[in-house]
Amino acid sequence: MTETLHPLLEIRGLRKQFGTVEVLKGVDLALNKREVVSIIGSSGSGKTTLLRCVNLLEEFQGGDIVLDGETIGYRISKGRRYRIRDRDLSRQRSMTGMVFQSFNLFPHLTAAGNVMLGLRKVRRLGRDEARAIAEAWLGRVGLAQRGDHYPSQLSGGQQQRVAIARALAMDPKLVLLDEVTSALDPELVQEVLNTVKSIADDGATLLIVTHEMRFARDVSNRVVFMEQGQIVEDGPPAEIFGNPRSQRLAEFLRNTRT
Amino acid sequence: MGYSLHFGAIWASFDRLLSGLAIGLGLAIAAVLIGTFLGLLAAFASVGPSRLGRLIAGSYVMMIRNLPLLVLVLLVYFALPQAGIRLDKYESFIGALALYSGAYLTEVFRAGLLSVPKGVVEAGRAIGLTRFQTGIWVTAPVMLRNALPSLGNTFISMFKDSSIAAAIAIPELTFEARKINVDTFRVVETWLVASGLYVAACFAIASFLRSLERRFPKF
Ligand SMILES: Nc1ncnc2c1ncn2[C@@H]1O[C@H](COP(=O)(O)OP(=O)(O)OP(=O)(O)O)[C@@H](O)[C@H]1O
Ligand SMILES: [Mg+2]
Repeated sequence: MTETLHPLLEIRGLRKQFGTVEVLKGVDLALNKREVVSIIGSSGSGKTTLLRCVNLLEEFQGGDIVLDGETIGYRISKGRRYRIRDRDLSRQRSMTGMVFQSFNLFPHLTAAGNVMLGLRKVRRLGRDEARAIAEAWLGRVGLAQRGDHYPSQLSGGQQQRVAIARALAMDPKLVLLDEVTSALDPELVQEVLNTVKSIADDGATLLIVTHEMRFARDVSNRVVFMEQGQIVEDGPPAEIFGNPRSQRLAEFLRNTRT
Repeated sequence: MGYSLHFGAIWASFDRLLSGLAIGLGLAIAAVLIGTFLGLLAAFASVGPSRLGRLIAGSYVMMIRNLPLLVLVLLVYFALPQAGIRLDKYESFIGALALYSGAYLTEVFRAGLLSVPKGVVEAGRAIGLTRFQTGIWVTAPVMLRNALPSLGNTFISMFKDSSIAAAIAIPELTFEARKINVDTFRVVETWLVASGLYVAACFAIASFLRSLERRFPKF
């Protein structure tokens, strides 16, 4: 196990606005390798936007995101920042995996085809090698028998597990998960949470946005509480849930407890 | 004193009608293939980031849609040689019909592109596909499947419109029917048989396309 000196992900002073509305107001967050961090916070606090900035799906107006020592998304030239070319953005994007709330599987491809596309076109592996990796990952998420099924033939929970396999098969340094169980029927939530848990146990680095407080407590090394575009608290789950320091977090937890 | 039907003379020339039908089909297939390419290009341009691309695609669709096909066919057939471009009448008609179908297909594909869920496209970007790769491997196939029924309808329209080729003496079905009409004076029989052939061919094409739609997985 190699310990790096710098964190795997370092977000410094991240600012993002949509038009004139400032949605992220200077976010600082660092993640070490193999760490699992959950972000909690009320609706509209900017959790999704933060993940989308890290995956370079959104542009941002200020601050830096450094992934494994590389500043991503922008380059500085003569004191001005420029968004980098699409080709370079794509390469940097392939270093992070993203799992979406609404699965977003490619509807025209089978489960195996979904996992294989990035392996073939981004990592440029041969068909056989890509298929072997896809089958291994589908097995890993408990869908060994479903490789030939199209997304429309799978349950929501199964689709989300394919999406997890699709993200992890790319061997990303960091996986971003945005409320991956929110679109699921209640009886399908647990199978997906178990899958995420087992991936965390295997040593993946995860940044998770979730409304499942019990899950956040179980799976995370740290929990981050966001409010109105800022990180208000950041600490071990026992502290965040057991001993909130801020009024706002205490209130949030009171309101989300069922 | 009614008109009594005599089909004998028509059956004698039936093979000419059939070969006319085949020519019409060939013209439509060639034109729609090229038109599909044009339509894809213009549709991607019309939803793309380039202002110039959107302008060119928009002007193309607007111009073609406001021109009667017959005028477009005659324009290409008579005007291009003046500009030093020599095409035979088949090439020139296929070119005109391709331009024409391309404009309609642009609209078909544009609607198809807008129907591809944004999240699915983002999932493509998220695994590291470039914008271009996402277009080829994600957006286009999803859009084509959604557009398949409209694509089929456009093809049937273009097959019917291949009758316009008669105007520049391409021996397709309408042209042959007109000759048989003149030779035999069996006006009603000729056009009844020609109509029957068009209807039967369109029906066959539609069934074929429907079986094609069933072959591809529904989303
Ligand atoms: N594309 C957009 N254009 C304009 N405003 C946006 C856009 N996306 C998000 N916002 C705004 O940014 C703010 C943060 O949204 P975001 O989706 O990041 O919140 P969230 O914490 O993920 O909320 P939720 O828990 O409901 O998912 C909200 O006020 C939202 O309205
Ligand atoms: Mg969100």
